[in-house]
Amino acid sequence: MEAVMTPTAAKPNDYASDQEVRWCPGCGDYAAFAVVKKVLAKLNLDRSKTVFVSGIGCSSRFPYYMNTYGFHSIHGRAPTIASGLKIARPDLDVWVVTGDGDALAIGGNHFIHLIRRNLNMKVLLLNNRIYGLTKGQYSPTSLQGMKTKSSPMGVLDRPMHPISVALGAEATFAARSIDGDVKHLEFVVERAARHKGTAFVEIYQNCVIFNEGAYQFATDKLTKAENVLQLEHGKPMIFGANRDKGIRLRPGGLTPEVVNLKDVPADSLLIHDEHATDPTLAFMLSRLGQPGFPEPMGVFRDVEQPTYDDQVHEQVQQAITQKGGRGDLQKLLTGTESWRVS
Amino acid sequence: MAATPGALKCEGDQSTLHPRKITVLPSVTIRFAGDSGDGMQLAGTQFTDTSALAGNDLATFPDYPSEIRAPAGTVAGVSGYQIHLANTEVYTTGDAIDALIAMNAAALKVNLRAVKSGGLIIVNEDAFAANDLRKAGYESNPLEDGSLRNHRLVKVPMDAMNAAATKDAGLNPRDTDRCKNMFALGLVYWLYGRSMDATIDYINKKFAKKPAVAKANLLTLKAGYHYGETCELFEEQYQVPRAKLAPGTYRKMTGNEAMALGLITAARMAGQDLVYCSYPITPATDILHELSGEKHMGVITFQAEDEIAAMGAAIGASFGGAISATATSGPGVALKSEAIGLAVMTELPVVIVNVQRGGPSTGLPTKTEQSDLFQAILGRHGECPIPVIAACTSTDCFEAAIEATTIAVKYMTPVMVLSDGYLANGSEPWLVPDASRLGRIVVEHPTADGKPYRPYLRDGNGARPWAIPGTPGLEHRIGGLEKQDITGQVSYDAVNHEKMVKLRAQKIANVKPVGASYLWTGPEKGDVLIVGWGSTYGAIKEAVLALRAQGVAVSHCHIRYVNPLSERIGPLLKAFTHVLVPEMNLGQLSMLLRARFLVDAKSVSKVRGQPFTVQEIEDAVRATMGAAPSFPVPAQATADADAGG
Repeated sequence: MEAVMTPTAAKPNDYASDQEVRWCPGCGDYAAFAVVKKVLAKLNLDRSKTVFVSGIGCSSRFPYYMNTYGFHSIHGRAPTIASGLKIARPDLDVWVVTGDGDALAIGGNHFIHLIRRNLNMKVLLLNNRIYGLTKGQYSPTSLQGMKTKSSPMGVLDRPMHPISVALGAEATFAARSIDGDVKHLEFVVERAARHKGTAFVEIYQNCVIFNEGAYQFATDKLTKAENVLQLEHGKPMIFGANRDKGIRLRPGGLTPEVVNLKDVPADSLLIHDEHATDPTLAFMLSRLGQPGFPEPMGVFRDVEQPTYDDQVHEQVQQAITQKGGRGDLQKLLTGTESWRVS
Repeated sequence: MAATPGALKCEGDQSTLHPRKITVLPSVTIRFAGDSGDGMQLAGTQFTDTSALAGNDLATFPDYPSEIRAPAGTVAGVSGYQIHLANTEVYTTGDAIDALIAMNAAALKVNLRAVKSGGLIIVNEDAFAANDLRKAGYESNPLEDGSLRNHRLVKVPMDAMNAAATKDAGLNPRDTDRCKNMFALGLVYWLYGRSMDATIDYINKKFAKKPAVAKANLLTLKAGYHYGETCELFEEQYQVPRAKLAPGTYRKMTGNEAMALGLITAARMAGQDLVYCSYPITPATDILHELSGEKHMGVITFQAEDEIAAMGAAIGASFGGAISATATSGPGVALKSEAIGLAVMTELPVVIVNVQRGGPSTGLPTKTEQSDLFQAILGRHGECPIPVIAACTSTDCFEAAIEATTIAVKYMTPVMVLSDGYLANGSEPWLVPDASRLGRIVVEHPTADGKPYRPYLRDGNGARPWAIPGTPGLEHRIGGLEKQDITGQVSYDAVNHEKMVKLRAQKIANVKPVGASYLWTGPEKGDVLIVGWGSTYGAIKEAVLALRAQGVAVSHCHIRYVNPLSERIGPLLKAFTHVLVPEMNLGQLSMLLRARFLVDAKSVSKVRGQPFTVQEIEDAVRATMGAAPSFPVPAQATADADAGG
């Protein structure tokens, strides 16, 4: 996070544009919008140096509602626009807002390459496991068997795990939160904002029209505690309404299992380590989910590595140093093998 | 046979041991041809550099296969490098070859057709064994069966000579064999009375860290030179005197080099860094290579994950206020097209270079073609006009890149520059401009003035303001959805949409050329007008000069701004009885001219991956004049012929 602080304390609504917000009533995008405004205000980010870039989809309306600079681009390509912008202007604070179709289907290639380059920007993926804007087709994160307008007999494709994909692409920051837990979402988005490098946040987001209840397991007050594992750095992985269950590796292997705390010694539980250089633990966590396991929420991985935008400009500076100064145009045009005609 | 390095005095040396007759030639076309691993491109560029230093005007044409290493010895693997040098101005790379250097049987087979009757053929006779002939598809040995009786054949056992010359260098047989291009080059240097100095310097620098390789190359280069001198195979030597070129400093430049330099220069003229975003594709990749090596000039290069990302990143950089560009070939333009539409909608300046190649699909990736004209002008969804500038010579790519950048910024629009494989890889001497006199490209980024910012308020050119992130008070949102006039708010209003479509179209229609909109030779009315665009310039120009010298009244219009077309072209076309349009496609410009100006423009078509020869253009003109009023279908199919049955 590099943006210059504005002189006076900002309020969340300072970051809202005058545009009427047009998501469906009850859409999870509202929660994300509110949280992002709140985090920007808390960090007092300079609106004029902040840019929201999006592709196509419900979530991609986001930039229009922010009173910052914004670019609503084309389907799947937000990471490309954002990359060019950040490379040209490393001074800017760049946010990509995307969805499961935008980032993982049509924009899958750009998504993985953005992450592997570790450009210093934030990526918020609002995952509703459905295509909303085109009115209800399955997405890359739709569960197998799900009946949608384009899969009347059930989805055949195996769903993608966005955090697994991000970690596979060498993500330096990967986290997950949910629209229904605004406090947690705010915590995660703020952590992302403070990360130097590509900060990827998957936000479970409920589509009230086409996929209502997709994340009920994680929002229903009665079952939530049993179905969600809150990740905390340095803490053992414990969950359950009575905090009586934990995750450990089955002895003699790398397979995680759910155990009852009274059956195992406390020190056999896995301890979460966000900063582990090796991404294996984070990847293992990204595979846990319903049924059989609680779904982890929080920061899976947070490590610092050089950012692409810094390195691009370092190379330019290095070239200038090596060549003894910024290049002379006349010398370049004349080249090394010229001759005179008189 | 080993020569002593340094023993030879080679400063413009015409043989002193066995004096030969020296024949002065005004122009000569030489082609080095061999297997793609034989180093023919290097031999060719070295001969070119030396000839340029000797003061010739010249044009070159590398012709190489798309396989990096096709099976050795086959016709598919033949790589060629043609040089046309003269003591006058050179416009083409030469119709027919005066001297062919064929390193193996396949190279002879592929290139023999292009050698002039009576032309010189120097072959490496060590590469004409039964197996070589079989791989080349020869049923009998052309060196012995009389099939070369119309040419002057010189057989040189190059493999053996090269091996003998380099034996003291201590290389293994494979590396030794790789030096034989320098033997051939040395021989050709002797034949044309050229100095070896530039190549000696090159070898010493290139192999500074591999002294054995340097030694072997120097030994065989000089051995080749001595071989010409001492053997009685050649009755004469040739000399092409220096050309009378305008005074100044010259360098040799390919089209891709010119494009890269043009983009850097344009960014400098705008007082900005250049952000160049690209994905490798033949034949445009060299622009990326050139630019990535010039970071100290304030150049940022971004090798994107694909063509779409390259275009998106260029747009993003432009949104941030940078001078941005991308280059690709036709298939890449196809992938970029949706994003080019976004740049049109958001009205952001980006330069898009298309180095055309044979299509469709992967087509003939290393061969030249002009079949993307429609794609450049019309090939996007929606009403999506952009200015299109077609470079007409290799060095014109420099000007075209600067003009495109100037227009992109002035009119806030993506601009496409068309080059092709022939311009991109071909080279010619270039009069180096004075960098201090290049002028400025005016870039204005507004700052807040207290009034609400209106991103789509237009100036006198129809351009919107280029407010960039980081400017307090001008925060705004742009995107692909239709914009309300002036305010730039998202608008689904039908009347507004039509207005915006027309405003965008009018803006492009009003673009004023920065350089020449078209080039003209000859009277402005008469019998025959040849209209061309792009790389056919040289062939048409030479044909027109030749025809005019023979008393045939023919004029030449060469269009650089293919969009928008100059209004002046219409009346000019109507002032001629016949309008011929030679293109390396099935008649795209001719169709545009017919549609736009209602004239009977006739297509002269060639889509063989090779440029037009001067002769082909002359023949087309003569056929037209002899067959008035209606022009017969040319030898190859044309769009008109297909349409008319």
